[in-house]
Amino acid sequence: MSSHDAFAIEASGLVKTFGEVRAVDGVDLAVRTGGVYGFLGPNGAGKTTAIRLLATLLHPDGGTAKVLGHDIVREADAVRSRVSLTGQFASVDEDLTGLENLVLLGRLLGFSRSQARARAGELLEAFDLADAADRQVKNFSGGMQRRLDVAASIVVTPDLIFLDEPTTGLDPRSRNQVWDVIRMLVAGGTTVLLTTQYLDEADQLADRIAIIDHGKIIAEGTGGELKASVGAGAMRIRLHDLADRPEAQRVLTQTLGVPVELESDPLALSARVADAERVADAVAGLSRTGIAVTDFSLGQPSLDEVFLTLTGHPAEPADDINDDVTEEDVA
Amino acid sequence: MSRARPARPGPFSASLTFGWRAVLKIKHVPEQLFDVTMFPVMFLLLFTYLFGGALAGSTSDYLQDVLPGILVMAVAMITMYTGMTLNTDIQKGVFDRFRSKTVWRPAALVGALLADAVRYMIAGLVVIVLGIALGFRPDGGVIGVLAAVALLLVFAFSLSWIWTSIGLIARKPESVMYMSMMVLFPLTFISNVFVDPTTMPGWLQAFVDVNPITHLVTASRGLMHGSVELAEIGFVFAASAVLVAVFGPITMRLYNRER
Repeated sequence: MSSHDAFAIEASGLVKTFGEVRAVDGVDLAVRTGGVYGFLGPNGAGKTTAIRLLATLLHPDGGTAKVLGHDIVREADAVRSRVSLTGQFASVDEDLTGLENLVLLGRLLGFSRSQARARAGELLEAFDLADAADRQVKNFSGGMQRRLDVAASIVVTPDLIFLDEPTTGLDPRSRNQVWDVIRMLVAGGTTVLLTTQYLDEADQLADRIAIIDHGKIIAEGTGGELKASVGAGAMRIRLHDLADRPEAQRVLTQTLGVPVELESDPLALSARVADAERVADAVAGLSRTGIAVTDFSLGQPSLDEVFLTLTGHPAEPADDINDDVTEEDVA
Repeated sequence: MSRARPARPGPFSASLTFGWRAVLKIKHVPEQLFDVTMFPVMFLLLFTYLFGGALAGSTSDYLQDVLPGILVMAVAMITMYTGMTLNTDIQKGVFDRFRSKTVWRPAALVGALLADAVRYMIAGLVVIVLGIALGFRPDGGVIGVLAAVALLLVFAFSLSWIWTSIGLIARKPESVMYMSMMVLFPLTFISNVFVDPTTMPGWLQAFVDVNPITHLVTASRGLMHGSVELAEIGFVFAASAVLVAVFGPITMRLYNRER
């Protein structure tokens, strides 16, 4: 771990074009060392291209970037020796066993035969794959393959790891296992940059999030900051008796000082509130008036709403080609 | 977690590691040896018994002549698996991981080619053992046969660089196979493997004369039967050197290219 680098990644004006398409279109980035940084965006937003640039698999057409203090073009080998990339689709060898895959990479990284075996055993144990060590990877479940894939990326623990959509196509249980693995990496001192199209994943894991759309970063901050930038949270109240609704609307409007909407549900009302303290007063006001409330919720806007507000289109396209590929991949 | 950063392996060690990987794949997917062994067996039986009598007067005379040729043909044909395997690896993303390491770049290819030698030797062994059972009697003895196999391995290793180039360009493993077939079929058939070229039209003979397969077959026959001409061996080495000199750099350029 090189604690003297304050920034794991510093990029300015990164550009990568494929023919007419500007896949990455002027990305500026400052990712601090430690923790998880999330790239959030829909398919085709440029997330994968951005991390392939940073992992030195692609050459930028413009701009500069330093990864762990090394220039990604001039010092590509120095970058390569300290970072690891786990691609979108399992890049372990399906014909080999879990153990053989890890030993192979250990040998390529310069471990002796016995060191490589010892390290492989350690990793299989840590990733809950010890039982499957001698099974061919093609007989692994999707979640097991993905965990092995991550294990393969940290045979030599990298200072920075790029995880490209590590949970795409996984069932909820496998996804949780991968999340645990990511938290384990962070606890070990590795900086994680992950891409995801799942808003809750970014919300759960990432300390800071960059929202990417059409090759540009359109917003950056903590999950909380991004939500705050969209504005107030939503309060929703559901009444016991629908006859109370006009009165409830009057009381709430008075105490909250903002417009209170009548929902299509005849029992429900909602309002956008900036000040959480007033919400408590409003609920107390309702009970003083004798209006019974069956359900009450106050939430920050979801990252879904953030995404929609910032980009004008939803984060997850209903139908995309990648989903098909992923399903096959996992099956 | 261990943060030990071992020194990167040398080119030789890295190549051997990749070779080990390919051998493991043979161990886990032994079916891939099926065509390696069945193909030459079928050809040897077919040509010896179907055409032997008509072409050489007797099947046993023909066998002495055709066996070295079939050996060459069988090994030349299976060199194309190198390109297919490489292409499959690329499609599956395995190569991204290797490319993102600091290992000596050509190691992945050299290692795969080394392991292919194992396949070639298996195919060679099958042809020779079957041939001897059928009545093949090499005058050159064990040494002559081994020398012929060694020469064949050198040529096969060199020829493989064409398929690695194609393997890096093609979109699918199947297209590597089609493209390789289009080269390999004329290359192996328009030669002296099966018949004496003197009965062919002149323009075809001209091709047969410059076809490296022809010279390899002539050299192998000579080595196995103890009547080799050094010029033939020289031609094979020269052809091998040219193949590596041309397709080696092309392959490495394609390999290092971003995708």
